[in-house]
Amino acid sequence: MANKIKIRVRVPKTAKKGQLIEIKTLISHNMESGQRKNKKGGKHPRKIVNKFVCKYNGKEVFVSDWHPAISANPYLAFFIRAEESGKLEFSWTDDDGSVYTKTASIQVN
Amino acid sequence: MTYKSAAAYVVGGLVALGMLASASAPMAEGYENMVGDKKSGYHYSTPATQSIQDDDFNNPSFLWVDQGEQLWSKVDGKAGKSCATCHDAAAKSMKGVGATYPKIDAKSGKLINIEQRINSCRKNNMQAKPWKWESNQLLGMTAFVKLQSRGMPVNVSIDGAAKPYYEKGKNFYNQRRGMLDMSCSGCHVENAGKMVRADLLSNGFSNGFPTYRLKWQKLGSLHRRFRGCNKNIRAQPYKAGSDEYTALELFVTHRSNGLKVESPSVRR
Amino acid sequence: MTKRVIERTLSRRDAIAALGAGVLAVAGARLIIGPAQASPDSAEAFMSKLIGGRATKGGKITLKLPPIAENGNTVPLTVSVDSPMTASNYVKTVHVVADGNPNPEVASFHFTPASGKAQATTRIRMAKTQNIIAVAEMSDGSLYRTARNVKVTIGGCGG
Repeated sequence: MANKIKIRVRVPKTAKKGQLIEIKTLISHNMESGQRKNKKGGKHPRKIVNKFVCKYNGKEVFVSDWHPAISANPYLAFFIRAEESGKLEFSWTDDDGSVYTKTASIQVN
Repeated sequence: MTYKSAAAYVVGGLVALGMLASASAPMAEGYENMVGDKKSGYHYSTPATQSIQDDDFNNPSFLWVDQGEQLWSKVDGKAGKSCATCHDAAAKSMKGVGATYPKIDAKSGKLINIEQRINSCRKNNMQAKPWKWESNQLLGMTAFVKLQSRGMPVNVSIDGAAKPYYEKGKNFYNQRRGMLDMSCSGCHVENAGKMVRADLLSNGFSNGFPTYRLKWQKLGSLHRRFRGCNKNIRAQPYKAGSDEYTALELFVTHRSNGLKVESPSVRR
Repeated sequence: MTKRVIERTLSRRDAIAALGAGVLAVAGARLIIGPAQASPDSAEAFMSKLIGGRATKGGKITLKLPPIAENGNTVPLTVSVDSPMTASNYVKTVHVVADGNPNPEVASFHFTPASGKAQATTRIRMAKTQNIIAVAEMSDGSLYRTARNVKVTIGGCGG
């Protein structure tokens, strides 16, 4: 999906305090590895998402660095411990400097 | 590449075969899509590939489905209409629709598949530009429409005006072609369940299309798959959306009758 | 899933056809891979650089990968580390490298006590059959290592 980046994020709407919750994320991106040859004999320049950050109420709780070995349309699932209601912010940083973001809220009882 | 290294790959393939033969993986998530001796392509996938399809959130096809869903209610074209203007909620109006295509278009009397139906609607009813074959928009809308029939049995008709198309598709299916002189049936009927090197030959059913292929790293249409198959046997592929492939789609989809619609699936 | 049963061994004709397909597939793979390649040595060297050349132990870390990947473009990977994930005892980072890709680096996952559980799942590209190596760095600086071999099959056709 070259034209527009699409993001899917799954966060439970509610959780009990202290509960482990799994977060799943998916972003549409070709993850051009820089290895693929073009018709002129050169290579398609590398253009990947190189960093993922998850903030929970403003605090970084999970970060991942990515390299060209991450598949196209990157999928990432990880956990956080639900401690308080609030906002989860997700961001993906592209090689070209663009940052793609998505937020979700969670109610902790 | 030397002969020696080619031989090493064949031996490697045989080692892999041995390992596959001894693996009896449990049914992922209890999902089953078999009718009589028909088995969906799902059952020819490894558990790792199945696991990507088992949860809609793991399935990257849904990036396209989301786009299709957004386009459903987006006004486009001179008539000032969106899909929803006439068809309202897709969950209701499109339920079961995807399971019955290709079918005869009442207006033109021609056989059309879902992609062609969508583009005919865009052109004639919305007065909008038809989407290009294999564009994200057309793939997204096709996946979104077919998703509304997921779990329902494939049920295409080959009666009446559809019959000659069915016969044409059947002939295509059984016709040896290309430099390798192979037919569709040679692999997918006579040798289904057997290995072509490291690939397990499926029955070649269409109930999961459009599908997210790991090889393509994106969602793709059945006609794209036909083209790939034709290229593999060194035959000149037809155009996606050609009459030849639409007739072939009718034959292949009729073969799939009874299997549950799995679109959008995940395949190697 | 249905048991994947092999009903026969390859006939001579099949073997010849497979050989042909192999030549093409490998030629194709060469195009993608290019001349520079990670080797087991360079992957180890790269990992060693990531962890500052310190010694690693076995245990605590688990890599989940399929034994056979039917396509190297998208191979599901889950890494998990046994840890209480408390403020004083948690997993800081897990590095993942590959020893048969054009470049050894794959991904690094940085956890915090707020992660609750040191586990991450993603999908990776594998250019050929190779080892995936993962090292976890704990909050006390100790390092745990594991590796898994994944066979990447080249399809008979799979167009």
